[in-house]
Amino acid sequence: MQNVTADQPITDKERQKRHQKAAAKRGKQMWLLLAPFLILVVLFSYLPLFGWVYAFFDYEPPIPLSQSEFVGLQWFKMMVQNQTQMHQIFQVLLNTFAMSLLNIVTSFFPVLFAIGLNEIRNKHFKNIIQTLTTLPNFISWVLVYSIAFAMFSSGGMVNDLLQNLHLITEPLKFLDSDSHVWLKMLLWSTWKGLGWGSIIYLAAITGIDPELYEAGRVDGANRLQLIRYITVPALMPTYFVMLMLAVSNFLNNGMDQYFVFQNAFNQTHIQVLDLYVYNVGMGQNSLSYATAISMLKSLVSVALLFIVNKVSQKTRGESII
Amino acid sequence: MSNIEKNEVTSGERVFRVFNVIFFIIFTLLCIYPFYYLIINSISANNLSANGLINWWPKHIQFENYVQVFKLDGLGTAALVSVARTVLGTALTVFASAFMGFMFTREKMWKRKFWYRFVIITMYFNAGLIPMFITMKNLALTNTFWVYVLPGIVAPFNIILVKTYIESLPRSLEEAAELDGASTWQVFWQIILPSCTPILATVAIFSAVGQWNSFQDTLIYITDQKLYSLQYLLYQYINQASSLAAMVKNSGGGLSSVAAVATAQTPTSIRMTVSIVVVLPIMFIYPMFQRYFTKGIMLGAVKG
Repeated sequence: MQNVTADQPITDKERQKRHQKAAAKRGKQMWLLLAPFLILVVLFSYLPLFGWVYAFFDYEPPIPLSQSEFVGLQWFKMMVQNQTQMHQIFQVLLNTFAMSLLNIVTSFFPVLFAIGLNEIRNKHFKNIIQTLTTLPNFISWVLVYSIAFAMFSSGGMVNDLLQNLHLITEPLKFLDSDSHVWLKMLLWSTWKGLGWGSIIYLAAITGIDPELYEAGRVDGANRLQLIRYITVPALMPTYFVMLMLAVSNFLNNGMDQYFVFQNAFNQTHIQVLDLYVYNVGMGQNSLSYATAISMLKSLVSVALLFIVNKVSQKTRGESII
Repeated sequence: MSNIEKNEVTSGERVFRVFNVIFFIIFTLLCIYPFYYLIINSISANNLSANGLINWWPKHIQFENYVQVFKLDGLGTAALVSVARTVLGTALTVFASAFMGFMFTREKMWKRKFWYRFVIITMYFNAGLIPMFITMKNLALTNTFWVYVLPGIVAPFNIILVKTYIESLPRSLEEAAELDGASTWQVFWQIILPSCTPILATVAIFSAVGQWNSFQDTLIYITDQKLYSLQYLLYQYINQASSLAAMVKNSGGGLSSVAAVATAQTPTSIRMTVSIVVVLPIMFIYPMFQRYFTKGIMLGAVKG
């Protein structure tokens, strides 16, 4: 490089510079093609974050924010200040934790389902079962509720059947009652999601080296031992990832399921955080208070995700995000 | 070898196998019976279905319900809205995912890594329902059709899927095209897009099901009845027994003859028929495209 003659480096540098400039220009032109989509990202993902300022004002819809009163942390204090409010929040958190814990405790169901389904020898039979049991995952919660209504309302199929068999005289209240709400919600989400949840494990089973089973058989292991010592350990990494994701979504139950099943009778035990935010914000029109809760929830969720990710990195050396 | 295998089937294992099969048969029946129940009720005589007399097979089969529900106030419009949002929403998401995934593989693009992170990171936080509502209101999108389509166009997870897929493709074709002076747009349209169809099919199918099933956005952003989606209308039909009964009166006409009783609409017949109308597209599409669904969840797992 140092041996080149005096006039050459200048033209080379010049050429390089020009080349770089042209490349930079092209790079920016490419970015311009992307820009419309980036605007969408800003509008629908970043801009709503500025909505958090509403948590610090006393905002009542027809009056614009600029004319609303700044109240500082009033809404955050309100959550813990008054006895009834605290009680309500406590109940909502209890419901949220209960639903999430039940989901985590039952998160091994799909693993069992996959192992059991894998034991079925007839391939056609297996495929049919797989298709039919995954179908409920693809219908909306409104439709699940429509089914629940057709089956379990006081004039529904189950009550009619039980009455015709003279097992009961009064229709049982499956939907309009406050008993066993958590369990019922768990059963519905299991009905909807069990078959689908197992697919990921079925695929993992397909990936297990058949030679492992051969070797196991030669060593005299029976079916149960093959499952215990080969299948289950092979599924553990996948299970761990699913478990971590479930933990990181501890506060995010979603609201669709609880919203469609909610009624005047079961509200105490069905109101999870997401539903509570909706009920307070849209139902009672306390937008500022609901935003305050929303904001806390989002912050805790992000924190949870990072903690879980750290744990995953420490224990498995792999991150989940 | 085969000898060992034969000896292995102990009686305990046989019992396990029997119970295993029985469990799966019962669970499968639990999964599909409700759909069967809705179907047989929607095609049976309405005076029988209203009294819960149809449990196992249809009686006095008739298809009048399916003609009648589309005459209900708002159902035709809602069906149109649902179809429109599904078609448009899916098409736009597929295009955006493909194009953005492609652009993020262009090393020459200005600050590529930064913008990629800028988009992907939005997957991990969420402003929340109420701030989202306020934003939509400020953008004047509430009570417009666009609120169904615009927020879902950029889907970070889909972008990751497409980008990873493009990176796994051999680069020789695009390099050759670039040497020939093809523009970014030409490379995308003529080379990348055709070779991405498998992954885009997966994206499309998940997006379409999501759009069709979506219910929350109508609930939150829409008050104009003309923009109700099918899912939301169904929810209303289930919950508002009184208004439904009023609609029945309007659409059914007078019950002048005995024969009319069997086909006169009842709240039950309307609920069940609309439920089937809502679920039928899914029931047809799902078995046909099952492999795409399965592939979708596997890709998700790989990414974690």
